[in-house]
Formats: sequence, C-alpha cells, structure tokens
Amino acid sequence: MSILLGKTARWLVLVTLMIPAASTLAVSQIDTFEFADEIEQRRYRALIEEFRCPKCLNTNLAGSDAPIAQDLRKTVYRLVVIEAMSDQQVRDYLQTRYGDFVLYDPPFNARTWYIWLVPIALALLALLVLLRMQRAGQRAATLLDAGQRAKLQNIMAESAGDPVQGSDR
Amino acid sequence: MSRASFYIPLAVFALIMGLGYIGFDLGARNELPSALINKPFPEFNARLLDDAEQTVTRDDLLGKPAMVNVWATWCPTCLSEHGELMRIAATTDVVIVGVNYKDRPDAAKQWLAQYGNPYDWVLDDRDGLLGIEMGVYGAPETFLLNAQGEVVYKRVGDINPRIWRDELEPRFRLLGVSMSGDSAVSTAP
Repeated sequence: MSILLGKTARWLVLVTLMIPAASTLAVSQIDTFEFADEIEQRRYRALIEEFRCPKCLNTNLAGSDAPIAQDLRKTVYRLVVIEAMSDQQVRDYLQTRYGDFVLYDPPFNARTWYIWLVPIALALLALLVLLRMQRAGQRAATLLDAGQRAKLQNIMAESAGDPVQGSDR
Repeated sequence: MSRASFYIPLAVFALIMGLGYIGFDLGARNELPSALINKPFPEFNARLLDDAEQTVTRDDLLGKPAMVNVWATWCPTCLSEHGELMRIAATTDVVIVGVNYKDRPDAAKQWLAQYGNPYDWVLDDRDGLLGIEMGVYGAPETFLLNAQGEVVYKRVGDINPRIWRDELEPRFRLLGVSMSGDSAVSTAP
C-alpha cells in the first residue's frame, strides 16, 4: 500500500512539475534581443504572439522553433526596434510577403467570406428550424376540438387504470 | 414541414462535410498560396555566390522569363530535384536563377562542383533576408517570373518531371520561351 501511494505521489509530483515547464515551452522560444524600454518589448512580444508561423500550420511565431519562425522573430524585432514601425506597419509587412496565412485573424475578402458567413448562416438556420418546430407544436395543441380533447382524456384515464366515462358527453 | 425537417439537417450536414473536405484537404496542406502571385518580384540587391564583388538586382531579371529556385545544401529535397533542374538547363532556354538560402557559401560551391550547376546565376542569401522578401518558408521553392519581373507561379516543394510537364513548361511556352526539341518535333512527320 505504501509503495503504491509512493508511486502515485511521485507521479503527482512529476506531473505538477511538468505542467509549468510545458506551458512556458509553449509560450515562447528564448531569443536574446535588447529593447530600449518595456513598451517596445511588450509590443514585440504581442506581435510574435499574434503571427502564425508559415511552416507549422498552427503555432505562432513565439511558440515555434522552426528556422523560419526564428528568422521572422528577428525580422519583427528589426522592424519594431530598428525601423521603428507601428504594429500595423509590421502586420502589413508580413502580410505582403507571406499572405493572409500569417494573420491568425483572417481578413474578410473574396477568398475568406465563407469562413465568416457560414457560422452566421448556420445559426440563422437553426433559429428558423427552432421557430418552425415551436409553431408546429403550438398549432398541434390548439387544433384539438372539444370532442377530441374528451377522447384524449378518456384514453389517458383508461391507460391510468381508472376508467372514467366521459363527463362531457 | 415534415419534408423540410428531413431535408434541412441533411443539407446542413452535407454543407459541413463539403467545407471540411475543402478545409482539410491533405494535398494542399503544405502549400501556402504565395502573396506575390501576379505581383512584381521584390526589389533586391544580392551578391553572386561565385563572385562576391558582383551584385545582381531585380532589374537584371527583367527582359526574359526566369525561374528563381531557392535551394540549400542542407535541404535533401533540393538534391532530389537537382537532376531535373540540370535537365531543364540543358534542354531549354529557360533562365534559371538560384537563391542559395541560409547556407554556407563554401558548402554551396562544393555542391555545385559535385552535382553540376544548372543556374545562370546563384545569389548568395546566407542570412535569408532575400528569402523573407520573397515569402520563402522552406526550401526548395521555385518562382516563375515573366519578362516584366512579375511572379506568375510559385511551387513549394521539388521540381520533378511531372511538375515540369504540367505546371512549368506550359507556362514558359505561354511566355514564349523556346524549348530545344521543338524543332525536332516540328520536323517529325
């Protein structure tokens, strides 16, 4: 028992140790860049978090150790620190070279309209179906006349094992 | 009502499957559409690999359709496409410009000596800056330029006989580049 407990405890320790390690690993690769001030550094950080690494499908520049991601981090650093570009200028710079792909937030244009519109269309469709189902349900409820209602009561009463003669009749 | 309630979910299901089929298409996974298609090739100023004194700019690529091939000695696929590049250089009038991307110049020179040099020029891009201007994210990549220096096609991955036949040769013919063997074909009965 104590061996088992020891094993579990060890696993727990191991796993808890791994969680922060893994998360820092995912957040950023370490580069040694120097910044004039913290604002500049924060802008650089935000930008490399924002762009997608062109080689790796679903990792941002900050989280990838692909050579191209390293190069693009260097490029973002150069644009921000040395060429003093604004965030939007950096975005435009990368977009003109690597296309919409590097922007995690795809623009609305001729190629991407359906990505934006399909969820809205599906939501509207769902709403329509829901409304129609509800209305159909209401109509079914109100369509019973007095005779039908009495019959229904009879059937329900009979199935409950307590036969009652229709009082309405 | 009952008809619609049957067909609407079916249609939605088909729509989602259709979009998924397009979105997760394995064939297109590793190919980003180039942002440069139908745009001018970027301005650059690069040194030649075999003569660091001499520089080449975008203007030098104008006047003739050209194939710009990004390669490196650390790239195994570049070696596998090398034979096809040699064949294209030997049998066509296509101008081939090599961009030696993030490589050691001495290793690159040795490679060309060993496997042959299909390039009219090899540009030295050891720090990968020209690569970034071109939107390169891996080697090999090949750009097809018209005589005005606009990118008309980009291939990510190797150049092989199938790609040459289906993608490159028809485009070069359209741009008016002659292929040797054309005369042999035309004189054949």
